[in-house]
Amino acid sequence: MRHATSRRIGPIGFRIGSDWRAPVALLDALYADYPVPTVADATVRLTATRPWRRRVRPAIALGGDLMLPDAAPLPLEHGLLAAEMAMNLQVALGHRRHLLLHAAAAERDGRCVILTGESGAGKSTLSALLMAAGWRFLGDEFVLIDLASGMARPFPRLVSLKNESVAELARRMPGARFGPVLQGTPKGTIRHLVPDARAVAAMDVPATPALLLFPRFGAARAVRRVDEGEAFVRLTQASTNYALLGEAGFDALTRLVTRVPARAIDYADSDEGVTLVEDLWCAL
Amino acid sequence: MRAIERLTELLAHPTGPVPDDAWTALLCVARAEQLSGALAHRLAGVAVPAPVAPLLAEARGAAAEQRRAALFEAEMARRALAPLGVPVLLLKGTAYVAAGLSAGRGRAIGDLDVLVPREALGAVEAALRAAGWRDVKDDGYDDAYYRRWMHELPPLVHPARDRLIDVHHTILPPTARIAPDAAALVAGAVPLRDGLFVLSPEDMVVHAALHLLADGDLAGGLRNLFDIDRLLREFADADEDFWLKLTARVAEHGAGAPVARAARLAHALFGTPVPGEWRAPAPGDGVFRRRLLARDDWGREDRAATRLAFYVRSHAIRMPPALLARHLAIKGWKRWRGRRGKDRARS
Repeated sequence: MRHATSRRIGPIGFRIGSDWRAPVALLDALYADYPVPTVADATVRLTATRPWRRRVRPAIALGGDLMLPDAAPLPLEHGLLAAEMAMNLQVALGHRRHLLLHAAAAERDGRCVILTGESGAGKSTLSALLMAAGWRFLGDEFVLIDLASGMARPFPRLVSLKNESVAELARRMPGARFGPVLQGTPKGTIRHLVPDARAVAAMDVPATPALLLFPRFGAARAVRRVDEGEAFVRLTQASTNYALLGEAGFDALTRLVTRVPARAIDYADSDEGVTLVEDLWCAL
Repeated sequence: MRAIERLTELLAHPTGPVPDDAWTALLCVARAEQLSGALAHRLAGVAVPAPVAPLLAEARGAAAEQRRAALFEAEMARRALAPLGVPVLLLKGTAYVAAGLSAGRGRAIGDLDVLVPREALGAVEAALRAAGWRDVKDDGYDDAYYRRWMHELPPLVHPARDRLIDVHHTILPPTARIAPDAAALVAGAVPLRDGLFVLSPEDMVVHAALHLLADGDLAGGLRNLFDIDRLLREFADADEDFWLKLTARVAEHGAGAPVARAARLAHALFGTPVPGEWRAPAPGDGVFRRRLLARDDWGREDRAATRLAFYVRSHAIRMPPALLARHLAIKGWKRWRGRRGKDRARS
């Protein structure tokens, strides 16, 4: 590979190779405070879709140890997004040392709230705002549940902000570091936010799950209890490796839903969302 | 040294030295060749750097899960087919784990491959469909092609478990130059405790060698060659007459050339103990070796010209030229029509 870098995010080491300098330079700048792994778990490759597409209308083919067969190529301007997508995919398809939940999480006093839901539910925005409000950011894409202890391991990759939250978070977090604004991506406008120094420094410190939330953005404020059975089923859908882990996955998920209270929350705007999370947290 | 060469050396000699900075590429290449589970098993109990240990444990865990799923799938097929009273032989990875062979240790297993007597094909297919298996794709030409020219039924999928089954009636396409004796494969089958069967040791080696060298373009072939290494070692250890029996059996199937080449390649790449008379190098071995090791340290296939040559060869050995021309013409036309259809839909 012409250009390469390595970074460790939480317990997962990545090796990223690229035909172009730009995506690697951007990763090096934004992940500057993250450690370099001695051995990478996963390899990611950003290569030209055809040899000439390195220079002419450069197009990135996502590659790596594991890949979906029909991943669409991205233009070079979206190189950072390509890298993040490919890195996420290695975790989603390959990581088995923990139960993976497609979720965001934030920690306070050693305990954490886990927010899970479909894309658009507000995971990234809420976890970034909780970080701004003094919580320790654990991640906005995956929460890794330790199969033996049930603790949540942080995976504090760059926060992927989309569409309306791009401008809102820039306004609310003037001191924060951001990546470039990526317009016209398959997911709309995207901008990456660098987690604060505390989140990066403590990325090997796990937290005890204490509250499980299923947020839904855009509806009037409402809170509903979610029983163990429903939480279990929803989390099997939110986990990319539940089935792969077999019995160990079942045990970890059962323990999580029987020990941690769960609520479905609806919120109309992000202020309300943060207030709701704080209220529920204080009522624990 | 290329990571892929290091991988073959480490599979043969797990205690060999590995520089600390070689592990990332080694694990990447092992994953790409579907050999990470096998490597992790070979390295069990060997001192490795601290960050490597959990990755190997993870690979062993993944292989254990694949083993469990493969055996479960075999049991589902057994239940569906038991009333027919025909012998059902497990093939490849599922056979290795079901028979408790060392080739199954850490092996990646995808589809379920079984072999049944040709005359039972219709009943087997009907029983599988009755038990929930369905067509993977609805394509008249592919379906007809499989049934007319292939050594297996079109693949069937069980939607609830999302697992494929390939039902074979022999181990090479009937159009190939070599015609193994399918009835002898069934007659020589070894029963397992649950009523399923596996091939005899000699036939297992013949099948592995034909699968690697007489069918397909050797993509992912390193894993298949490592199977052969494991099988040869285990069978020769258990039976001092194994090589004699293999020689006789290979002649019955007319599979002398591919089995001999497989043994030589296994000896060359994995140090498989092979009798002297099997070891004399033959022209072409170097090209096969070059093809098997065609992967760079980032896990990408390289040596494009060599791979292309083997791709062309895979078609040439699969069927006679006229049939091949007809097949490629139909495939090409369908593809072109498919693309045009897509373009039209787009515009």
